Amino acid sequence: MEERIYLDHAAAMPVHPGVLRFGRQFPGEFAGNPSTLYQEGLAAQEAVSRAREQVASLVGASDTASIVFCSGATEANNIAVRGTALRNAKRGKNVVASAIEHISVLNPAKDLQKSGFSLTLAPVDHYGTIDLDALRKAVTPETVVASVHYANNEIGTVEPVREVAEIVHDRGGILHVDATDAAGRIPIDVERDGIDLLTLSGNQLGGPQGVGALYIRPGVRVQPVLVGGGQERGLRPGTENVFSIACMGEAARLAGEEMPGESRRLRAIRDRLISGITEMEEAYLTGHPTERLPHHASFRFSRIEGESIQLAMDMLGIAVATGSACTSRTLEASHVLLAIGLAHDEAHGSMVATLGRTNSPDEVPRIVRAVEETVKRLRAITPL
Amino acid sequence: MADQIGYSQKVMEHFMNPHNVGVIENPDGYGKVGNPVCGDLMEIFIRVKDDVIEDIRFRTFGCGSAIATSSMVTDLAKGKTLDEAMKITRDDVATELEGLPPRKMHCSNLAADALHAAIQDYREKQKKE
Repeated sequence: MEERIYLDHAAAMPVHPGVLRFGRQFPGEFAGNPSTLYQEGLAAQEAVSRAREQVASLVGASDTASIVFCSGATEANNIAVRGTALRNAKRGKNVVASAIEHISVLNPAKDLQKSGFSLTLAPVDHYGTIDLDALRKAVTPETVVASVHYANNEIGTVEPVREVAEIVHDRGGILHVDATDAAGRIPIDVERDGIDLLTLSGNQLGGPQGVGALYIRPGVRVQPVLVGGGQERGLRPGTENVFSIACMGEAARLAGEEMPGESRRLRAIRDRLISGITEMEEAYLTGHPTERLPHHASFRFSRIEGESIQLAMDMLGIAVATGSACTSRTLEASHVLLAIGLAHDEAHGSMVATLGRTNSPDEVPRIVRAVEETVKRLRAITPL
Repeated sequence: MADQIGYSQKVMEHFMNPHNVGVIENPDGYGKVGNPVCGDLMEIFIRVKDDVIEDIRFRTFGCGSAIATSSMVTDLAKGKTLDEAMKITRDDVATELEGLPPRKMHCSNLAADALHAAIQDYREKQKKE
């Protein structure tokens, strides 16, 4: 049996071995609740504040108090979109989001419509790059918060965040950027980029699942979506998940340290994958050819369906993702693939490969062969 | 079981090595259901002799369960009389496959419909002759 090849790092990252080593010393030593004043509590407090510094440092936040820990990117996105809109509703009643945001941004934005907000979706071009002219029209003085991600998880396209920030700030709006897929992969500097709120996922940095963080620029007012004991500046009440937070901090530190070398290494593998796969008949790259995440390769194949591709690749020992409707809980076509202009039947045949530290260039020929075999086999069955 | 997303061993067997794939030239009956926009499209070709399905072939665009149900329904129908084949239901196909994830029961379990369409096509052609 050949070794498995894991190509779905955007869905779940294996925990970094350095984080595992770091985490192993934990359970015995730390039993404290950071809200207490005895030694165990202070030690826990210290672990959380070290993590806060490490996360702040990864994204260029000079004020460590600007980092709020929570349960993950979905919660961070909810606090950012809902909490900011509701807290600043006096200013206006409009929310803007790019059409290809993650569902954990789009759903709270849609839900705000029940509270009297209007939602404007800003279109993207066929690469998934936000249309800046359209954004200029979409963001108005009524816009409280605009949410445009740093990079897209399905097609890898990196957005022109600085230009977006200028547009949003010109109209007095607050910019939220979901950096779940970009952080630890490409350099992010919230101050240079003009970002008011930034979402981070612990797992996407190589930390454990179930922990995340929201950067909130000092001065930006946000209200909690969950109320309780006042931890994390009241924005994320509940006893801190000390162990996971500390591990996320260590993951952020390692990600920052390894990013230059690792992104160069993964970019080379990605480019070989892209050229090998797009050589096949009726196989196309989705997303931007150059402005894309270094570890991200995404494709679509005509006349075959993505779930079948995923299953067939799995049988060949390779884990890939697909934006196919058949793999989603709602059985709806990917809103990302439709927003970049694909027809429904084209959106069905997608395959996404996201690389990580376990992948090596030696795997490329086997991956390309497996894709060829899969596509050939499925096309032999198709009536299209 | 309500949360089950994965497929049974049987589904995977039929998905990886589907039976009766292909086309019958000038078939006695032809059925086509679904559409590519929804992500599932299947067609079934039958050859009929003395009211019995002597040969049956299919081609399918779709997910794992669409391909597996197509393969299974061709196995179930082969050698059966038309009346017997008309009685094969979506549930029969799912049962023979040792179950399908609940959310796949409706959308990707069209194979019995395609079979019935092929039989009806054959019967209509017979009437005309």
